[in-house]
Parts: sequence; C-alpha cells; structure tokens
Amino acid sequence: MREFVYERPTTLDAAVAAFAGGGEAALIAGGHTLLPAMKSRLRQPDTLVDLAGVPGLSEITRNGDMLWIGAMTTHATVAADPTVTAAILGLAALALLIGDPQVRNRGTIGGVLANNDPSADYPAALLALGGTVETNLGSHDVDGYFQGMFATALSDGEIITRVGFKIPKASAYAKFRHPASRYAVVGVYVAQTADGVRVAVTGAGPGVVRWPEAEEALTASFTPEAAKGLVLGGDLNTDIHASAEYRGHLAGTMLARAVAAAA
Amino acid sequence: MPTTLTINGATAAHDVSPATLLVDLLRDGLGLTGTHIGCDTSQCGACNVLVDGRATKACTVLAIQLDGASVTTIEGLASGETLHPMQAAFKEHHGLQCGFCTPGMVMAGLEMVRRHGHDLDEATVSHELEGNLCRCTGYRNIVTAIAAGAKAMAATGETTHA
Repeated sequence: MREFVYERPTTLDAAVAAFAGGGEAALIAGGHTLLPAMKSRLRQPDTLVDLAGVPGLSEITRNGDMLWIGAMTTHATVAADPTVTAAILGLAALALLIGDPQVRNRGTIGGVLANNDPSADYPAALLALGGTVETNLGSHDVDGYFQGMFATALSDGEIITRVGFKIPKASAYAKFRHPASRYAVVGVYVAQTADGVRVAVTGAGPGVVRWPEAEEALTASFTPEAAKGLVLGGDLNTDIHASAEYRGHLAGTMLARAVAAAA
Repeated sequence: MPTTLTINGATAAHDVSPATLLVDLLRDGLGLTGTHIGCDTSQCGACNVLVDGRATKACTVLAIQLDGASVTTIEGLASGETLHPMQAAFKEHHGLQCGFCTPGMVMAGLEMVRRHGHDLDEATVSHELEGNLCRCTGYRNIVTAIAAGAKAMAATGETTHA
C-alpha cells in the first residue's frame, strides 16, 4: 500500500477540513471496501480521513414511522440491535447476510451506501423501503440518491451522518450469494409500504434498481405465486458467474422467496 | 505516528507508518507470527485476531485505526504451558492438519462464544465459520473442536480475550 497522511478528526467540521486540505482524499469508516481497494492500488489517496473519532455517528433511534441508523453502525450491530429487529426485521436479516462475522464487525452501513457497489445489499433495502440519507450538508431522498455503478448524489467529501428507513408493514430480502465473495449475484428486497409495494434489485445490473413489473404484480396479490414467472429485464450483467439471462430469472426466484419470507 | 495498543495484555506505544496493516505490525514489528497471512484479500480468516474482544481480520485494518484498542492474538491465549480450552479442544479433536488456518479458526471460535454463549450446535458453528477457510480438514473436526472448546470454557470460566 502506498503511504498517505492519516487524520482522525473529532468533529464533522474538522473532517471536512481534513478532506479538503489533503490532495486526493478518502473518508474511511470500517475500511472493508476501501482498504482492499488501496492494497490493490485501485485507490491511492494522499490523505485518509478516519471518521471513527467523530462522536454520535452510530446511534440507532426510532422516530414515528422512521428508523434512523447512524452511518458508522456496523453490520453486526444492525443485525442484532433490538430497535432494528423490532422495526424492520428484514433489514436486520439482510445485515446478517453481508460478508462474514469478521467483516460484519468492522463494515458500516454508511460506508456501503457511500460506496454504492452494484452488488451491495443495503442499497436494495434503502431503495425498497424508501427513506433518506442525511449528511453534513443536508439530506438526500432515496429516489434520487443512487446514480449507477459506484455513483451517488453525494458531493466530493460529503459525509453521511445517518440513514433513515421508512418502517414498512412487512419486508424481506432474498439473496443469492456468490459463495466466495459473499456479494449478491442477485438480491431482491420487497417491502409492503404505506405507498404500496416497492421492490428493489441489486447485483443484477450496473446498479440497484426498482422493478416496476414486480411491484405491480405484488400490489395486485402479495403472494409468492404472483411473483412466479416474472423475469427481470433491462441492462443486466454477464460475467464468469452468471449470464444476463440467468440473472433475470434468478431475480424472479429471489422475488418469490422474499415475498414468502415477508408475507 | 505513535499508536498506543494493548497487545495480549501489555500496553505500549508503537511508532507505525499510517499504511501499516495490523497484521504487519504484529508479524514484522513485534514477531507475533502466530497471526497468519493467507489470502490478504479479507476472505480466508487466517489473520483473525480479537480487537476489543471482537474477531477482526488483521489484514483489513490499519494499526493506526486501532489507537487505544486492545488486541488479542493467538500468542495471548495460553497460560504458560497450559493451552487455552479452545486451543486444547483443537488438539484433542484433531481440528487441524497443516495448521495454517488454525489461529484464525480459534479466534473465530472465541467470537462464537462471545455472541452465542457456550452451548453451540453444529449448525451455528458451521454457519459462523463462513469467514474462515481450511484447505485440509474438510471442517468436520473444526466444528467439533469449537463446540467442545466452547463447553470447556464454561467449565473453566475462561474468558474470550486477554
């Protein structure tokens, strides 16, 4: 790994200043995406700004119909936290499917949502449940937040502080995991919300997407049978793990499993 | 940069460059070579150590990120010549062959005790081992060893970390 300047600010303002003053800078939370990228020299920041010293970024609160999770909350905490499991069990179950126990002890929800890997899990939950990404500069509604592969509405150096999820009537996530990387070959999050059924798919294409045909079918009948036979279309990935056609069908299978788990 | 760490119970300041991974500080800086480097890509678990009691891949954390933390490596488990119950269980149940993955497996076992208690069924152990790779044993005896080690820890009142 190339050397860099390490900063560990204790306020958000100091983190912003450290990011602005250090050449090419990167924010680090759990580091379980960034450090592997730095080891392979895909990322070579001049300055690394560690958010671990900034207080108040890992609180979990329920406020009305919203569940708020601090950006620095680890996957292990989301999976086990009683406020999360009581409000959105599907979200806690999703967290338990990320990586492995050691990864879940370090990786954070804010890190995942800032990175927006096209095969990551949390983007599917946030897009299906609906909600808000709060930052040091304001807030982003989820419907404009994800902007394709590794792209989000965040500006350079903008820091996620907490993430709000709308608490659904019912929801669940079904994921076909790549057995080595643990990322989603295809993952489908289904939510029965006050605004109707929302379905989001990760892993299948260049970024997380809603699936309107599935939402329509499940609004008519929220049953696994209604999901049967649905095939995801659009721009899907073909790689050594699965063809686009396979992923399209797999999305239908994961959809049916998610509905069965949520219903 | 000065980084204060408590490693296997001993607190000291270490002068590390920011890019130093915890596993490199342990192995190259301190000669604690029981923590192994297998894949170096956050997947195999051979480098597992406990950071403030939580199993962590030492290849995927900078030493400097852990300023003020407590780290337990495989060297910190035994009391003199007496193996920690989790180590003794691996020996008793033939939970290793070449031994390369073993330190990380033992740490994964301690993580299971921390989160699930001392009564671990096979399904739980198998599931919780998803972050540890072994290329010799086929895992059967590792699963048996961890369940037995967890029980033995309850009997001796052994803690999961130094």
